[in-house]
Amino acid sequence: MTAQITTHPVGAAALRHRVAERARELSRQPFLVLAWLVVLIAIGWAVAPHLFTGYSPYEGNPDASFLAPNAQHWFGTDRLGRDLFARSVYGARATLTATLLAVAIAFGVGTLLGLLAGFAGGVVDTAAMCMVDVFLAIPGLLLAMVIVSVLGYSTDNIAIAVGISSIAAFARVMRAEVLTVVARDYVHAAYGLGVGRLGVVLRHVVPNAVSSVLALAALEVGSAILAIAGLGFLGYGAPPPQPEWGLLVAEGRDVVATHPWVSIMPGAALAIVVIATHRISVSLRKEHGR
Amino acid sequence: MTNDPLLRIADLAVAYRTGRRWSDAVRGVSLEIRPGELVSLVGESGSGKTTLIQGALGLLPASARIVRGSVAYSGVDVTGWSDRRMALVRGNYVGFIPQDPNTSLNPVKKIGQQVLEAVRFNARTRGRAAAAAHRADALESLRTAGLKDVERVFDQYPHELSGGMKQRALIAIALAGKPSVVVADEPTSALDVTVQKLILDHLLRLRDELSIGILLVTHDLGIALDRSDRILVMHEGRLVQEGPVDDLVEDEAADAYTRRLLAAAPARHRGRLAPAGEWRERADGPPVLVARGLRKSYALRGRRRGSEVRALDTVDLVLRRGTTHAIVGESGAGKSTLARILVGFTAADAGTVQVDGRDLTGLSRRQWREVRRELQFVFQNPFTSLDPRFTVARILAEPLRAFGLARGKAARTARVSELLHAVALDGVDPRRLPRQLSGGQRQRVAIARALALNPGILVLDEAVSALDASVQKQILQLLVDLQADLGLSYVFVTHDLGVVRLIADDVTVMKDGVVVESGSAEDVFAAPRHDYTRQLLEAIPGTRHAVAEPRPAAQLQAP
Repeated sequence: MTAQITTHPVGAAALRHRVAERARELSRQPFLVLAWLVVLIAIGWAVAPHLFTGYSPYEGNPDASFLAPNAQHWFGTDRLGRDLFARSVYGARATLTATLLAVAIAFGVGTLLGLLAGFAGGVVDTAAMCMVDVFLAIPGLLLAMVIVSVLGYSTDNIAIAVGISSIAAFARVMRAEVLTVVARDYVHAAYGLGVGRLGVVLRHVVPNAVSSVLALAALEVGSAILAIAGLGFLGYGAPPPQPEWGLLVAEGRDVVATHPWVSIMPGAALAIVVIATHRISVSLRKEHGR
Repeated sequence: MTNDPLLRIADLAVAYRTGRRWSDAVRGVSLEIRPGELVSLVGESGSGKTTLIQGALGLLPASARIVRGSVAYSGVDVTGWSDRRMALVRGNYVGFIPQDPNTSLNPVKKIGQQVLEAVRFNARTRGRAAAAAHRADALESLRTAGLKDVERVFDQYPHELSGGMKQRALIAIALAGKPSVVVADEPTSALDVTVQKLILDHLLRLRDELSIGILLVTHDLGIALDRSDRILVMHEGRLVQEGPVDDLVEDEAADAYTRRLLAAAPARHRGRLAPAGEWRERADGPPVLVARGLRKSYALRGRRRGSEVRALDTVDLVLRRGTTHAIVGESGAGKSTLARILVGFTAADAGTVQVDGRDLTGLSRRQWREVRRELQFVFQNPFTSLDPRFTVARILAEPLRAFGLARGKAARTARVSELLHAVALDGVDPRRLPRQLSGGQRQRVAIARALALNPGILVLDEAVSALDASVQKQILQLLVDLQADLGLSYVFVTHDLGVVRLIADDVTVMKDGVVVESGSAEDVFAAPRHDYTRQLLEAIPGTRHAVAEPRPAAQLQAP
């Protein structure tokens, strides 16, 4: 204990130093800072939409239909005179929760499957990887559409479908990582020290294998948003009055020639968020590689 | 010939960029190489010796820059020359022999093509007519490098050659441009000792026959002592010692670092290291570990069925309590396979292993766990044998937790600091991660971890091979001290007979999976019965001077 007390100020100084270092590093990557800002705002929209807009996403003013973007209505208004910015802000919740759910499913199931295949080897590995190959052979969006058709139309089901369709990628990456970690000396050493198989898996294999899978998860967030919005656009998701990014874009497609902002503004928001998450995942992967 | 030296480096300083800071790797080094002279540059890893020669050859990585100083070949200053101009100097004027022959040749090109490339690049004549002459030159170059049957080697791929032959091919490439000075960066570190001896002797012959200057970079003072005309010792980016070999050995007032390096060279000791503490007479203990008739073969994949490599062929081994049994051999001798079988990482095809009279053949996982408390393993490379995410405390506590020993936080912390104390790491914060430790510290942690369960037997697989000579010596001393304190028995696997002399009571010499000689260390060293053992003994670097000058060794031997 005494050792901890005496070394504490040194630790604090080191921490301060590291924070300062980190800040300096970030200041050299303005786009990364911007990306984090975009993602934080998007999360803010999802958590507390009423803080970002005074308009209701459902009630419109029929006199003010199809207004172009202006100071009152940043994204303009739609056919019913609803504020598109408000609808985009409220729509973030549906899209982002669905994304989180999808990535969580893909990450959880995929990691477990990959761990099982990589660690058990033999027949289990062959069977699991054959299954994964089948999944990889079917285009993700198509597979998701089939699953949604079976489960029924709703945003949650879209999320489940997108999640299931990206399990395969996670399982592959995790298996490869597990295979390399299992061959490392420290895993042999742990066995040699009398640690049981479960202990080795939980304490050595999983923590060392999972970091690159986490980088993949960050990357997957962007594509999951796209897939969910894509399915929403096709009408597999929430029913119309509810705001959802894919649906917002879909609602504007009939009037794209005359009132393009109805589709473009929510679409642009969507694109910016996806690009931002991609930028962040790239930075995470670089860090992992270091 | 002019009076200018072949290579003159004057006050060269090189710095590396890390983030925004520049850290000095070489801080003002001057050296000269004259015709017909072999100069050794000795230093431990991180001393800046590789950076120095990269600077001299214009091969510095992009993150490094020359801060000051100059490099001149035969009086021509080449400092700041562009890469293209330097390329004309390299090959034509200075030949470079890289470190690892296994990675330095292009695997998809035939040896002959790679030598031809060097010849063609340096030749003045071009065109179809010159092709035959180039081929002859390339063959000649291979012959000069000491390869026999050059016509066959010319049409072979690198994977078809042994490590020694590959290194000779690299020498041939270095000599292809008929350089007047050759720089060799650890040319034999990746090779077996007997091959190392052949290659180095050949370099000496080249020096005499072609009267070229050679700069030999090495971390092994033994190699340098045997063959150099002059030795330069480098430490933390500076030259700390320079002079003829004899001066260096005899000069009592030599630099402290040089003396430490000298003391660490295994060949400069005769007989076993003495423990620092109380010297307990080692009783001729009863056997604790007995292996009988061990066999192991690996099937070759992708060949026709039935073809296999015999890794071990009827190997016996007896380890007496409180003693060290060294297993010596070159790569492919099957010594690592033997070590892995002893601790149950690999199963033998036939034969038995007994620990304290208990047969380990066919034990279940659960039963093996019990054996582990008695029998522990230390890996060769401390950089891979410690989980990078575990703190030192957690690494040491792992075996305790696995067996439910030292329950409770306080008891565990106490045991961890006890273990750290045992391996002389008292000053190390147990919350550190492996990457924050040096190689020697890591190997100490690995040894402490193996000791956590109070085992009676340690199997050490090349446990000091990945470490610098001076660190190697410290770890060996630690092992000897621990043996005296705790009555441990060691199986010590190594390729280095010099190390064996420092630590072993018994020696087993292996070749191609077969034991060629076994006996007490004194007998084997004094009167080797087998030719192969004799070859190995002769190949220990640094022996020439150790024999001529036994005084420091005698001093160190006194307990």
